[in-house]
Amino acid sequence: MRRAWPPLALLAALVGLWELIVRAAHVPGYLFPTPSAVASSLADDSGLLGRATLVTVREIVLGYLFAVAVALLIAILLHFSAALRRALLPILVLSQTVPTVLLAPILAILLGYGIEPKLVVVAVVCFFPIVVNAVDGLRSADPELVRMMRTLHGGRLAIFRRVELPGALPAIFSGARIAATYAAVGAVFGEWAGSSAGLGFVILQAQPALETARIFAAVLILSALALCLYALVTLAERLLVPWQPEAHHA
Amino acid sequence: MLGGKRVLDGVDLHVPATGRVGIVGRSGAGKSTLLSLVAGLDEPDAGEISIGGETLPAGRLARCALMPQRDCLLPWRSALDNAALALENAGLPRGEARRRAAPLFARLGLAGSEQLRPAKLSGGMRQRIAFLRTLLADKPVLLLDEPFGALDAITRAELQEWLADALAAEPRTVLLVTHDVEEALLLCERVLVLAAGRVVAELDVDVARNAPRRGVVTSPAFLELRERALEAIG
Repeated sequence: MRRAWPPLALLAALVGLWELIVRAAHVPGYLFPTPSAVASSLADDSGLLGRATLVTVREIVLGYLFAVAVALLIAILLHFSAALRRALLPILVLSQTVPTVLLAPILAILLGYGIEPKLVVVAVVCFFPIVVNAVDGLRSADPELVRMMRTLHGGRLAIFRRVELPGALPAIFSGARIAATYAAVGAVFGEWAGSSAGLGFVILQAQPALETARIFAAVLILSALALCLYALVTLAERLLVPWQPEAHHA
Repeated sequence: MLGGKRVLDGVDLHVPATGRVGIVGRSGAGKSTLLSLVAGLDEPDAGEISIGGETLPAGRLARCALMPQRDCLLPWRSALDNAALALENAGLPRGEARRRAAPLFARLGLAGSEQLRPAKLSGGMRQRIAFLRTLLADKPVLLLDEPFGALDAITRAELQEWLADALAAEPRTVLLVTHDVEEALLLCERVLVLAAGRVVAELDVDVARNAPRRGVVTSPAFLELRERALEAIG
């Protein structure tokens, strides 16, 4: 916990400075709200923001889990088939060059305005770092361990289960942690392309009404959600990869 | 051939069942290559390797267990689960594999270390677990590649005695590769000296081994064999 103090102190100082400057310069609230205005929006609009948060959390969590499942499946397929790896990996890289902001409206047309297109957008944003790290992790198994396994009755599946997969877990979690920070942004893109609920929708509605403090409040909640997801993934790593030296988590 | 380089040339050796043959030589003499070939992990460009009449690589792989130079313990498994690895690979459920591996821990002086992960074990303990794992593969032939190469001299001497006892309790056909002449002479009945990919000397080790290690390694017969081996290495 001691490590948390320096960034928290700096953050508090910056927030204080922000409050002072906005007040001193008499900036109108609809242009740039003070932190205290954002805080009172969080309190005053808590009902609205709370309902929107529940919607967005659902999209983030389900979309993220969907991404992890698809990413691991693809990574394992790519790991077992060199031909597939040569064919599919470049296409996966190419898919990442398509801007998600443009992909979201197409998905909304294709899948409607329910939760499905949001899940797909979150998954599209999140799955790539997991796939890439998982494929690298699976392939970087120590060849000496594999030879040892072969002389100890180890077939292809045993080598995968007992050597390659556990050895790849730290790499998979690295990818999963990066992806965790993308998930909230993905959900907002999905909501912007067509929705009637969620924090992205709240932001969209607050904009023409010049409810700038509410926009800030929604963004604050989105950051907190991304942070929570990141913390959960880190916790899962500690539970699932207990043999990692502590320094790795720093 | 390794990367286009001829590593071994005209090596001809025979190991009797439950016999123990040692191969000594400098680094790069082709010792590890020989073990990979015997194990069926690689194929020779010419010549034949036969284990109990089995000449195909898959057949040899089924009969040999290799203990590599590094202990190669899996960091995510406990000592017991590392030792039981081959049993699980062979299809036994984890509980049954553990039940079969556990008695060997007690018999070979490793009781109490079963639940520890490799990171918590000393170098000497790790090598012992690695040997146990090789033994539990339950194959007729053990290929030991510099089993104690990474250990300090004191631990190595300890483990040589331990290995001699373990092999007396669990006799197998052993092919031991090492750069330590003393180790080969202590553990094996016959020692071949390999230099530049060829066998340059063959020594029958006919010294009494029932005395404690220090008595054996300082006996005149042992010293003479050691001298001849070192001379052959050049």
